[in-house]
Amino acid sequence: MAVGKVTFTKTEREKLAQLLWLLNWISVLTGTLLFGLGLFLLMEIQKWQEVMSGRGVLYVPHMLIATGMAACCINFLGAQICLDCADTNRFLRWKLVVMPYVAVTLFFTACVLVGALTCYSVRGQLDEALLVGLRNAMTYYKDTDTPGRCDLKRTMDLLQIQFQCCGNTDYRDWFQVQWISSRYLDMSSSAVLDRLRSNVERKYLMDGVPFSCCSTLSSPPCIQTRLASAHLNQNHQSLWRTGCRQVLLDHYTGLMRSIGLIVILIWMFELLVLTGVRYLQTAMENVLRLGDPDSESDGWILENSLAETAWSNFNIIKNLGKCYQVDDDPNINIQTTTGQEVPLQHVQVSGSR
Amino acid sequence: MPFMLVKFNLQKRVKLAQGLWMLYWLSVIMGILLFGLGIFFKVELRKRSEVMDNNESHLVPNLLVLVGLLACGLNAFGGKVCHDSLDPSKFIKWKSMLKAYLLLSCGFNALLLAVSLLCFIMQFSVYLILAEGLRNGIRFYKDTDTPGRCFMKRTLDMTQIEFRCCGNNNFRDWFEVQWISNRYLDMSNDVVKDRLLSNVEGKYLMDSVPFSCCNPASPRPCIQHHLTNNSAHYDYDHRSEQLNIWTQGCREALFSYYSGIMSSIGIFILLIIILESVDMAGLKYLITSLETMTDPEVQDCESEGFLLEKGVKETFADLLTKIKTLGRSNQVEGGDTPEANT
Repeated sequence: MAVGKVTFTKTEREKLAQLLWLLNWISVLTGTLLFGLGLFLLMEIQKWQEVMSGRGVLYVPHMLIATGMAACCINFLGAQICLDCADTNRFLRWKLVVMPYVAVTLFFTACVLVGALTCYSVRGQLDEALLVGLRNAMTYYKDTDTPGRCDLKRTMDLLQIQFQCCGNTDYRDWFQVQWISSRYLDMSSSAVLDRLRSNVERKYLMDGVPFSCCSTLSSPPCIQTRLASAHLNQNHQSLWRTGCRQVLLDHYTGLMRSIGLIVILIWMFELLVLTGVRYLQTAMENVLRLGDPDSESDGWILENSLAETAWSNFNIIKNLGKCYQVDDDPNINIQTTTGQEVPLQHVQVSGSR
Repeated sequence: MPFMLVKFNLQKRVKLAQGLWMLYWLSVIMGILLFGLGIFFKVELRKRSEVMDNNESHLVPNLLVLVGLLACGLNAFGGKVCHDSLDPSKFIKWKSMLKAYLLLSCGFNALLLAVSLLCFIMQFSVYLILAEGLRNGIRFYKDTDTPGRCFMKRTLDMTQIEFRCCGNNNFRDWFEVQWISNRYLDMSNDVVKDRLLSNVEGKYLMDSVPFSCCNPASPRPCIQHHLTNNSAHYDYDHRSEQLNIWTQGCREALFSYYSGIMSSIGIFILLIIILESVDMAGLKYLITSLETMTDPEVQDCESEGFLLEKGVKETFADLLTKIKTLGRSNQVEGGDTPEANT
């Protein structure tokens, strides 16, 4: 009992082939879209790569880019196949390729789905990367003369200005790091020396924040220093209130969710195209089997029911394994080929001339 | 002797019509682009209208929008004429309008030239309104509680951050105004009271700048206060310090941005004028080649196309005599009536 059996006339087959040709070309376009989305996401992540620790998050855009390129190639091949499928003579060229093509496309469509799901599952890893990355960026904020870290101050300032955030969780994170380099501290001043001595690790900590934490939306002029003392209300008003980790996390999660949604839509479209190609393939093969190019033929998704197909595939895999095993069931008489001759027999030829 | 005569057979006429149809649709796209540029320019002026003087004129963007729409309409009509030109039955209905259409295209080109010149000339007025607007902006920076000025601080801060500039001419403009409102000054503090008394107008002036003047690329945390006092900061010389705050004035920065936009639009319009002229020449060739066909029903014949029926000088002479006779006919009428009265 075939699964999803549909009967096709010759004109219906031709129309199906033309429709599939068009759909495959549209799929090439969606493949380019997927590639473009992957590239866009890669650029967005690399913009703020310095405040993310580890490059683990990059596997999402890389996967999208690879899937996009594969989609273009596979659907381009599919368009060529469908163009030739309308005519039985030209179909013979592709006969051996079509079944593997359908299998590969099925596997590839599963990859697209996996790609979409990774977009939704990356939040936890991103949170961890941002927590550690921002903490490091704030620690090395003052090291503008160390090669490899000289750009961190600028990156951190631009991040806080653009995303309207301050610090890791909030502005108090700046109180725990020394963000003014020792080269700009007057070591002969007693106030500076007192502060350095009062700290266990000899760090110059103060209750002030860099200028980039200042909010452009506040009415009072920015108060960056002596924040822990009185006037607590005013302090809150003139700085950005959210922490950069939360803002960046929301920004990237929102981006990846939208991209994930688009990828799921592309996956559904690919599945549709794959179903069409499967129908066309089975219909053309049946036409060849029947021998008459103009007759009606059946197309299906699976030749037998789902259970039977699964069972026969399982048996194939079992037998594949079996030819490498020696069967030591005592009931079967294994004959050795050496030392035994097959006796010659004269075969009686029935009837004489 | 016709000016720039070219012989056409059927093939050439067909190619001319098709090429001209594509050129006209390209011109329609350019018209849409011009419309879009006008809207973009208008939006950009609106975005920063607070740092510009109140009576900023939106003449240039409004003209751009209008001219863009006109270009679309005229060129779409031209494309339609070209599409119908190879079918004599369809072409008949357009034939009478074509002379007027060509004159209209000429006038439209002159309008485009005027708009392009305006784009270059109006940059002076933009410079002046920016100077005035920024001066006022810096004065009203502290008035976040006065209606009509409450967003001046926000706009000016965002402008200084975005355009990487400080003050009007340079950062010293901030030393001459009180940019911290009295509400946030501790009036019981002696230092504050001294400073207020030392100023003739009772303004709280200091050698500091707002935080938005700070340069994120500076290796040193930003020094905003006591900028001219070297001893207030460790290892600081205000004369040699370049990276601490933005050194460019906002007027220069904003002006170069807007003049860049206006110059690009002006050059784009000049390109459109060239394209329109080519369109007009092509259309004239097409029309004349169709008119000089010996038998309109027989398509496959030779014909001639030209730009002007007579030479350039003769056409001008004709035009001048036409204008003179127009003027003279008015005079003759004036001379007749006194005779008729007597």
